[in-house]
Amino acid sequence: METTVKVNNLVKKFGDFVANDNLSFEVYAGEIFGFLGANGAGKTTAIKILCGLSKPTSGDVNVSGFNIYKDREKIKRNIGYMSQRFSLYDDLTIADNIKFYGGIYGLSREKIKSKTDEYIEELGLQEYVKRSISDLPLGIKQKLAFLIAVIHEPKIVFLDEPTSGVDPITRRQFWNMIYQQADKGTTVFITTHYMDEAEYCNRISIMVDGKIEALGTPKQLKEDFKTETIEELFVQLARNAKND
Amino acid sequence: MSTSITISNLSKSYEETKALDSINLSISEGEIFGFIGPDGAGKTTLIRILTTLLLADEGNAIVDGYDVVTDYKQIRNNVGYMPGQFSLYQDLTVEENLTFFAGVFKTTIKENYHLIKDIYQQIEPYKNRRAGKLSGGMKQKLALSCALIHKPKVLFLDEPTTGVDAVSRKEFWEMLNKLKQDGLTIVVSTPYMDEAALCDRVALIQKGKILDINSPENIVKSFPFKLYGVHTKNIYHLNNHLNSLKETHSAYLFGESIHWTLKDNYSANDIVKRIKENEFNDVSINTIEANIEDCFMELMTK
Amino acid sequence: MKEFIIKEFKQIFRDYRSMVILFGIPIAQVMLFGFALNMNLKNVHFAVLDKAKDDYSKNIIAKMNASDYFILDKYLENEDQIERIFEEGLIKEVIVFESNFGKNLIKEGKANLQIIADASDPNTANMIVSYSQAIIDNYQRSLMSNNAMSGMAVPEVQFKYNKELKSVYMFVPGVITIILMLVSAMMTSISIAKEKELGTMEILLVSPIKPIQIIIGKVIPYVILSLINFIIIIILSFLVFKMPMNGSMLLLVLESLLYIIMSLALGIFISTVSNSQQTAMLLSMFALLLPTILLSGFIFPVENMPTALIYTSHIMPSKWFIIIIKGIMLKNASFMDIWKETALVFMFTIAFIGLSIKKFKIRLE
Repeated sequence: METTVKVNNLVKKFGDFVANDNLSFEVYAGEIFGFLGANGAGKTTAIKILCGLSKPTSGDVNVSGFNIYKDREKIKRNIGYMSQRFSLYDDLTIADNIKFYGGIYGLSREKIKSKTDEYIEELGLQEYVKRSISDLPLGIKQKLAFLIAVIHEPKIVFLDEPTSGVDPITRRQFWNMIYQQADKGTTVFITTHYMDEAEYCNRISIMVDGKIEALGTPKQLKEDFKTETIEELFVQLARNAKND
Repeated sequence: MSTSITISNLSKSYEETKALDSINLSISEGEIFGFIGPDGAGKTTLIRILTTLLLADEGNAIVDGYDVVTDYKQIRNNVGYMPGQFSLYQDLTVEENLTFFAGVFKTTIKENYHLIKDIYQQIEPYKNRRAGKLSGGMKQKLALSCALIHKPKVLFLDEPTTGVDAVSRKEFWEMLNKLKQDGLTIVVSTPYMDEAALCDRVALIQKGKILDINSPENIVKSFPFKLYGVHTKNIYHLNNHLNSLKETHSAYLFGESIHWTLKDNYSANDIVKRIKENEFNDVSINTIEANIEDCFMELMTK
Repeated sequence: MKEFIIKEFKQIFRDYRSMVILFGIPIAQVMLFGFALNMNLKNVHFAVLDKAKDDYSKNIIAKMNASDYFILDKYLENEDQIERIFEEGLIKEVIVFESNFGKNLIKEGKANLQIIADASDPNTANMIVSYSQAIIDNYQRSLMSNNAMSGMAVPEVQFKYNKELKSVYMFVPGVITIILMLVSAMMTSISIAKEKELGTMEILLVSPIKPIQIIIGKVIPYVILSLINFIIIIILSFLVFKMPMNGSMLLLVLESLLYIIMSLALGIFISTVSNSQQTAMLLSMFALLLPTILLSGFIFPVENMPTALIYTSHIMPSKWFIIIIKGIMLKNASFMDIWKETALVFMFTIAFIGLSIKKFKIRLE
């Protein structure tokens, strides 16, 4: 199986504090990988490194075939990224946002035009076309942000708590989009606080105090740790955390 | 039980959006009442009106016997409030924050220590650490302590568990339940459906309107359909398939399984037999009880 | 790359605040500087002690009055009045003619003539003296070509309050004004806006604390800090710059205290209309600091500016305070001399306090 992400002995230190303590894992092409952990466990630090936004203290990291030390810029150009905090420019229209991001990723004008039409069609945005993003309901904003994150058809897309605060139906619609994307062969790397969403992933990892304490399919992990749900498993692991 | 809060025909709009649309509800003394709904439902607006920080366009509200408009000063003296984002002074230490808020409410930590003991003891070892350097869970506990230090009659918590991990969330609700025993009325808003089950009664809110008000048990009991849990290896595809069937009323992904309801009197077993023959040969179903999320989605789409 | 630039442009044009900063303020500044930076004299009020009262002195006086630069304000009776007239502040120059001016000029080719200029603003004083000398010079030359005078009267020049024309005498009062305004107004406004921005203001509102207590709690630390700043500046100006302190220290401190309170009130007012620290800072900077520097008269003499700007400067409380400080430090002004300016600063204080109370929002909208 093709590997989209390969991490070996990743260490990241901030002064004396070890945020990522010897992480090793792989993510395969087309899988939905759930990256879980409590706040402060080191998730965000690791994701920043995988996205090329930060350098490891030591260890090997390869994303989309590119090495983190030699080709950091290439990594940035070949991944998609969506965060709940930032996504689209509120003061621009939908078309402007698509044009902007499409342009950044080097899409041709025609491609941008066809993508714009496609997205408007898919999300039913006809009445919102001329309006700015801030007019859109939250659920639609999230979906649009996701589509834009994959506009350049990257091999892997990183989603940072993409469904926070959204209503349960929209959440599931969003997951439908994730599934569709994964079906197309895109690797989806997602973090979330919703434990039921962990079950939708092909495999998950749980970080505690900078280390990966669990890695495997949801089914396997529940068997191994003898818990009914991933939530139980998470609570069990996180309760032992020293880092507070 | 006497009423602590009464809300009548409350409405509020921001420019063209109606944030709250004719809200009517009452909350009894000593209960934990939840405003359950996603972002944009109107929870924060509702809490801000009850804490006298915003004025409604129509309708009125009474909190602890006081009118939110004319008697706002009394309300401000007697309620505890924890806004979203735990507004604390980042450059002050844990102890300094608590001392400050105690002073603001004309009391001291010493005087009311017993009220917050259970909660504060968990962060007391860090009392000289600056609030900005605390983890999410600890900030929560500090904000809660600051809101309780003056022995309020009503406590308003606006999304206290958002952005906090599952363990801290659990601990937080355990703390709330203990507080209830002192006769405190607690109003909590949350987007997490599973937290509804931890309240005495809840109001399900979506887009400024109330979908239902009741105890979580009653809401779940009144789910109008027989609910099936469906298991298979490839739930994504099965889910799509079920949704395409004319007999299906709803089919939603729920972690490992699909929650499925049928229209009218169709037989689930018949359909499952059919599906098994076609492609999903490992499908199994069982009847399950609905949870709040099932009810919320059903009410949303009515 | 191109898309990024296009996006930036779109965002800039759609945000009215950035438009104000990009275009509004530079244009305002250019206009302001253009007009304020007017180094030509205009309408300088002067007085005359004419002991001669002959044709010659009268002619000189008339020539000065006729020019655009000078306006004859008063005839003095004796020397004792000179000090008073300067302390009052309006008169910037006194010309003194000896009793036999005309006769001495014609007969002996020299006569006694004094130009006394108020040098608390040394640059202006210099100009005033030069222009006066030029006019007097011109007149004498025209006499010489007509009458065969044997010589010219060279006026004796006296720079009052600032013999060496030290610009620091003008500078230090100005700096005191600016710094007090800066620390008090700007810091206070930012501090209150910060509470709003962080959300802690929400909790404070839903508590027994009254808005007035929040304000006082915010203000007192800055009063103390401003006073400390003030003392440091005063000490520095005495020790390092050898500023004279001809007037009452007590009066100076009291007046400064009033000014500090006014600045604080202004700072509070700014915070009531700002929702973020950034807004508060920008407002303080552009609405306060820059106009204060330009229009208070501390660098550019206000008298030289177009009338519209002169009227504008009247509503700058800092302008009046500079007059007060200079009066006390340089001219030994007593309270009676500066009561008008003090009253004005006092009125500003009351006005800002009133506005702040009115605009302080007890709710979130």
